[in-house]
Amino acid sequence: MKTFIKFDINIVTKKLLEDLLKPFDLKFRVLGFGEIEFLENVSEEKINQITAVLNEYGIEIIENQKSILVQKIKDVITEMVNSDEPIAVKSSVFLADKLNHSYGYLSNLFSEVTYTSIENYIIIQKIEVAKNLIINNQLTLTEIAFKLNYSSVAHLSTQFKNITGITPSAFQRIVKKRREISIKTL
Amino acid sequence: MQKEFLTITLADDDEDDRLFFQDAFEELKINTNVTTCNDGVELMEYLSNPDTILPNILFLDLNMPRKNGFECLLEIKKESRFDNIAIAIYSTSSSEEDIENTFVHGANIYIKKPSDFATLKKVLSEVVTLNWQYHTSGLNKENFLLRL
Repeated sequence: MKTFIKFDINIVTKKLLEDLLKPFDLKFRVLGFGEIEFLENVSEEKINQITAVLNEYGIEIIENQKSILVQKIKDVITEMVNSDEPIAVKSSVFLADKLNHSYGYLSNLFSEVTYTSIENYIIIQKIEVAKNLIINNQLTLTEIAFKLNYSSVAHLSTQFKNITGITPSAFQRIVKKRREISIKTL
Repeated sequence: MQKEFLTITLADDDEDDRLFFQDAFEELKINTNVTTCNDGVELMEYLSNPDTILPNILFLDLNMPRKNGFECLLEIKKESRFDNIAIAIYSTSSSEEDIENTFVHGANIYIKKPSDFATLKKVLSEVVTLNWQYHTSGLNKENFLLRL
């Protein structure tokens, strides 16, 4: 049998980090997405052990300052795209305010490290959310377009097609057929 | 992060196509490590070898002697060891039926072979850049579909 699950990535990561770090007997706080504060000094030996444990779960400790900032930009974008309330200001203003750097600086750094622009990355993320919503099958395309702050379904469909090369309805059809096949082979 | 690179494998029986492909990758700004196979049988042997570093992206020509791309796709999808490979179909066919059928059977990307080198470079650059985001941002590969 096969079931489909839905999860809140923030809760999953927070709980996972807390569980993994518990055995080290250190005072720490998991600050939102992707940031841990240790409330005491941690020996290099312990850091190495923690790194090894986290690596098993595909979690990496980032040391390079540029990579840290890029990761923060990505986290803010994830937060923006997944927020239930539409964000009132332009994303460039939101990012600059949140991260305390000029948007020009953030934008250049981001392109240098990720090979894509912040604008394009936001679109990719929005389309990812749209895909997940389509797969979950709970909302109509009109509702998805509204939730993701698109002016119309047509606008969402065009952007979806630009990024993926296929239309949302073709995507929906492909996902459905994939499920039928995987159910048949079980 | 800067020293990371993507591992790429191409299976194509046409020698010219293989050369073009390798040249195009050399000119991209994302670092890649490209291996080529001459047909489906050679590809499956290569992937089954435990010493092989599995590719991040596998480009599959549909029309190949001995074992065609579609047969390879089905075999690869059956093995959980290959779950992390993004599969790009690289073909001259642009029949809607072919395209949808490969997606349904687990392909992530469908590329119609471009006729000139400049377009090839552009298309491959798009594939690699988008794939890089999936690779570095933990996006859900299961939902990764792209048609070019």
